[in-house]
Amino acid sequence: MAEVAIRGVHKSYNKVPTVHGVDLSIADGEFVVLLGPSGCGKSTLLRMIAGLEEITAGEIAIDGTVVNALEPRERGCAMVFQNYALYPHMTVAENIGYALKVAGTRKPERRARVAAVAQSLGIAELLDRKPGTLSGGQRQRVAIGRAMIREPKVFLFDEPLSNLDAKLRAQMRIEIRRLHQRLGVTSVFVTHDQVEAMTLADRLVVLNHGRIEQIGTPTEVYRRPASRFVAGFIGAPAMNFLTGTLAADGRIAIGSGAGTPVTIGVRPDEIQLLDAPLKGTLDFEIELVEELGTGQVFYGRSGEMEMTVMRNGGGEAALPRSGQRLFLKIPMTCVHLFEVESGRRIDLPPSRLAAE
Amino acid sequence: MEKRTLFTNKGLGIALVVPQVLLIFTFFYWPAGQALYWAFTLERPWGGGNEWVGTSNFTQLLGDPVYWNSILTSLIFAFSATVLAMGVALTMALLVDRELRGFRVYRTVLVWPYAIAAPALGVAFRFILAPEAGFMAYLNHAFPGLWNPALNGAQAMIAIVIAYVWKYIGYNFIFFLAALQAIPKSLIEAAAMDGSGLLRRIRDIQLPLLTPTIFFLVVINLTDSFTDSFGIVDLMTAGGPNRATELMVYKIFFDGFKGLDYSGAAAQSIILMLLVIALTVFQFRFLERRVHYK
Ligand SMILES: Nc1ncnc2c1ncn2[C@@H]1O[C@H](COP(=O)(O)OP(=O)(O)OP(=O)(O)O)[C@@H](O)[C@H]1O
Ligand SMILES: [Mg+2]
Repeated sequence: MAEVAIRGVHKSYNKVPTVHGVDLSIADGEFVVLLGPSGCGKSTLLRMIAGLEEITAGEIAIDGTVVNALEPRERGCAMVFQNYALYPHMTVAENIGYALKVAGTRKPERRARVAAVAQSLGIAELLDRKPGTLSGGQRQRVAIGRAMIREPKVFLFDEPLSNLDAKLRAQMRIEIRRLHQRLGVTSVFVTHDQVEAMTLADRLVVLNHGRIEQIGTPTEVYRRPASRFVAGFIGAPAMNFLTGTLAADGRIAIGSGAGTPVTIGVRPDEIQLLDAPLKGTLDFEIELVEELGTGQVFYGRSGEMEMTVMRNGGGEAALPRSGQRLFLKIPMTCVHLFEVESGRRIDLPPSRLAAE
Repeated sequence: MEKRTLFTNKGLGIALVVPQVLLIFTFFYWPAGQALYWAFTLERPWGGGNEWVGTSNFTQLLGDPVYWNSILTSLIFAFSATVLAMGVALTMALLVDRELRGFRVYRTVLVWPYAIAAPALGVAFRFILAPEAGFMAYLNHAFPGLWNPALNGAQAMIAIVIAYVWKYIGYNFIFFLAALQAIPKSLIEAAAMDGSGLLRRIRDIQLPLLTPTIFFLVVINLTDSFTDSFGIVDLMTAGGPNRATELMVYKIFFDGFKGLDYSGAAAQSIILMLLVIALTVFQFRFLERRVHYK
């Protein structure tokens, strides 16, 4: 059990800067998820914690000790790799028990502990098999068992579920969460799957181009995205962005007008779909309809702008079809405002927002 | 790997096989058959027919201590050359695998020695290892009488082993490096996370995963060291001093073409062939069990 402190960490590969100054402190027992698009430096950051990648600048401390110069084995971390990285020439039992063997644990104790870990993961009957004969889900469990047996201070996961099919992924997600509740070990989990991130995280760290965009609970990140990037990255279908203006009195207008230009963000499920125009509604021509079972997603355009609208329920009544013209009402209390240039969030006092 | 190409067209299959069979027949079975025939006859050096003598060529050879010396010398040469060529190559490959840049350059540079013909190699090493000139002369100057393969049998053996090994290190290195590169990096990283140090990782992870390559190279190196060593011996020591480097393959040539004992040489070829076959069979029976194929 340990807290992890990342202070001003930079990473360059062959002089190409990849991670630009990350500051993050992870509390003891916390489950932190690093989320971001491919190539944003999530794995790099995780591997620097693990000791598999040198830290170019800044420092990382685990449990109060700066670990920059320590070997991976001295850091007390265990890692689950995306491709499982099981030793193909060893049995499942040998794979799980390898760390103990290296540490010089005696055979009877080793066997007992391997059996206990295998039991807790439901792979006790696989102990004599070689990894090559296991299914993806079973391999994943073995990999987790191998990490667990060392009773590490910190668990590191690098997209451990991305090779599994959707159903197994959901199941393993719950198991990992349960494992964390049982063991209470500080965990850092890398993923680019936002559902995984939202459901697992105590705290979510959104990365982009080697920088932290936002740190917060899943709810905070979803409800108050700190930047246009976060707003667009989290939530499916993705948020709509419209150009608009913010007047000095706090009035928000779509399109050009008086006031500062801003980007207006609105989630597809917060837009109302109307049959008849009202004051302030937008035209909407449907181009594509997606049936989700629990609702529908409509893709279309409003004038020049592409828009996505999601509606829950429905189904029984006649569905709007592609080509049909409808009207959108955007409730101004739900919108998010971002600076056009920097993409940063503009926070307005609620009183001003209500002035719609 | 279960996937195989199946030829439904029989004619095509046969057409593809015929050239290979012809080659093997012309250059292996036919000469081998001839050798077998000669081995049981007494061939007259100046021509004029031969007479059937049964196994007397063999009994004569196996009763000759000089021939047994040649077998022993060959075995010593084969095992030291194989161990050295593979050991050095593996060490180099492990070092290069750690920090790989310019892999292509290593690959090209290191495979060149293999392409050098044995005679050229023999001449080169004859000069390099000559006691009165070259590199060794400096050592001899400092410690007079330290190195003289022309007089010292053990040193002569060392000299031919070095020359031979020099050629095979590059060959082995390429195979080892390719096999090491094929081991996923994450396995090594996982072992590092499990607390395994550099040497321990080599022993527990890399060597076991290299066993198919090691096995293949042992077979190739041992076989070649029995047959491919002729040129080097011929040019560097001519079997001497006092038969200390008279390998079987060299003795065949010497007895056959210098001594004009064709039948004895043929019998020796048969024995050498049987020895190599026996070694290979032994390796497949007993070593291959320890190989981890994926
Ligand atoms: N060994 C390396 N040498 C050079 N560049 C590298 C190396 N490893 C990673 N990079 C670069 O660093 C950047 C970040 O890579 P990283 O693997 O951390 O991304 P990631 O966020 O984990 O992406 P993904 O979701 O695809 O796994 C990428 O642009 C990548 O090309
Ligand atoms: Mg990654």
